[in-house]
Amino acid sequence: MDVLQLLVSGLANGCVYGLIALGFVLIYKATEQVNFAQGDFMMLGAFITLGLTNAHYLGLPFWLAAPLAICIMAVLGYLLDYFVLRHLFGQSQTAVVILTIALGFVIRFVAGAIWSHEPQTLESPLAIGDFNVGGVVLGMADIAVIVVTVLMTFFLYQFFQRTKLGLAMQAASQNQMAAYFMGIPVKRVQGMIWGLSGAVAAVAGILFASKGAIDPNAGLLGIKAFAAAVIGGFGSLPGALLGGLIVGVIEPFAARYLAAGYSQIAPYALLLFVLVFRPHGLFAQVRTKKV
Amino acid sequence: MRIHFKTSYDHDIRLFPDWWSFLVYAALVAVAVALPWIMDDFYLGEVTNVLIWAIAGLGLMLLTGQTGQASLGHAAFLALGCYSCVIFMEQGLPFLIAFPLSGILTGIVGTLIAIPAIRMHGIYLAIATIALSILADDVIVLMAPITDGVSGKFAPMITIFGIEIERWTTPDRFYWLVLAITILCTLAYRNILRSPLGRAFAAVRDSEVSATAMGIHIARTKAMAFGISCAITGLGGALMGFYAGAFNNETFSLVISITLLMMIVIGGLGSIHGAFFGAVVVAFLPQALSMGKDLIGGGSVAIPGLETGVFGAILILFILFEPMGIYGRWMKIRIWFELFPFARKDMFKRQKSYLKTERLR
Repeated sequence: MDVLQLLVSGLANGCVYGLIALGFVLIYKATEQVNFAQGDFMMLGAFITLGLTNAHYLGLPFWLAAPLAICIMAVLGYLLDYFVLRHLFGQSQTAVVILTIALGFVIRFVAGAIWSHEPQTLESPLAIGDFNVGGVVLGMADIAVIVVTVLMTFFLYQFFQRTKLGLAMQAASQNQMAAYFMGIPVKRVQGMIWGLSGAVAAVAGILFASKGAIDPNAGLLGIKAFAAAVIGGFGSLPGALLGGLIVGVIEPFAARYLAAGYSQIAPYALLLFVLVFRPHGLFAQVRTKKV
Repeated sequence: MRIHFKTSYDHDIRLFPDWWSFLVYAALVAVAVALPWIMDDFYLGEVTNVLIWAIAGLGLMLLTGQTGQASLGHAAFLALGCYSCVIFMEQGLPFLIAFPLSGILTGIVGTLIAIPAIRMHGIYLAIATIALSILADDVIVLMAPITDGVSGKFAPMITIFGIEIERWTTPDRFYWLVLAITILCTLAYRNILRSPLGRAFAAVRDSEVSATAMGIHIARTKAMAFGISCAITGLGGALMGFYAGAFNNETFSLVISITLLMMIVIGGLGSIHGAFFGAVVVAFLPQALSMGKDLIGGGSVAIPGLETGVFGAILILFILFEPMGIYGRWMKIRIWFELFPFARKDMFKRQKSYLKTERLR
């Protein structure tokens, strides 16, 4: 039972990592850029929902506030691309990396200024309590996290594989110039993908906030999501989810069975291990071009 | 405007292009040496801080600015340099031996870490180095018997030929020590750049394919860059430890790594000046902010995250409007005056480039 309990809580945590990682992967898939501020996007999405829902602030009903927050984050993502990232067009990946890290700092500061640095809880209808299934305690929020994550991964995967816009996004990332020639509005497509990843971040934020308290530093969770994205292979949506689950499951088990001090380094050690021996992750997206 | 008429290849790689620039830098060094008689101890300490950050920045600049590999894990090497120097001194080695030894040790460890890391590039390297920076914190705690873990260590007194040097009691001597090391590091950096190795660094940064075609061993060059970069950073870290006086596992956090990277971007990637300009911004930003707060009247209220937030905002503005950093802006202004009235706006236009995927190679 002990193992099962650890597994369940690990899976629920892992799904949150996976959701943040989905945001990275979306942007990477479509623009070859990496958004190091994705964790802070998640935090911002959570706080916007909190600001709309909690009685202390606006006090809207949750089922109205959540879609509203997702829309706000989508618009923010699009505007961010429109006003900032589009001007970096043609600069190196490193410039984007540094820019998004700086952006993360700014978002953290702004969120701290608006909602204070105290941990707060979202008055979420998902946090209604625990079930006891054969000795394993299951939180309602945990179940919601797992279900939503699996559904989102499925739909985003289908979106990239089957829809015109999804294919256009992939084309734009593989060769911008050729995509232009094929009539793809590359810049607008990039804006949309940033909007989409903002929306995904908001969903992750709402689910994360339903599971427990949040504070402006919650965005640092993004680093674990990196580990998830790398382990799964950047650019693969199911890989991101799987990587998230691996990281999420490893954490409680390492905390339970390893000596104190070694447990919190387990995900990072795994990350380095994967980077050294399988640099492109478990679902490698890099293929050597055949001549 | 001065015109350099080159008559031999040596002119291309001279340390100073002409007498005038030599005189300018000599004057700068003279002013720097005389600074303790001009400034009071508080500002002298701040200038020392600038120099120490500049040394650490030079280390990262060699890797990021010259070789084009972004590292977000240099705080780990700062920590290694700091801890190894202090531990060597606690074992009874004099500062003059312990200090270079800590640099060499950091360099060797950096090279060893680089060997798997150079197979990655771009974002993968950035992520791996983030992991390294986080691990460093935990490793210091795990190695508590040597590093004293969370309780931390105190920097011992530096003694060189019987002269005692300490940050608080003799700030002027400490300043001169740091200044001397800064000058040595800068000269070493400048000399590496004009050696074949430095040219190889630039070639790897600009295009790995063409560098290979020119007969450069990419992996070896990157490992060398990593090693030298870590060595210089380690020296900076050791000085940082002496400057702070006491340090523990949280002194060299991920935020320090990120600050270091942001600093050299703000200063201007790929130039020695950039490391110094960036260090000035990093060291004086807290002072400027607290002065600003005093002006508004919210003097005593501590706003968490304000410093990093403002720093991030400055960086975003720089990347958007002046990707070449402070040094780039300075160059543009200088060239504008030198060419007056012939300078044109389009002179500094960047060439457009289009992205092709890295996933299909």
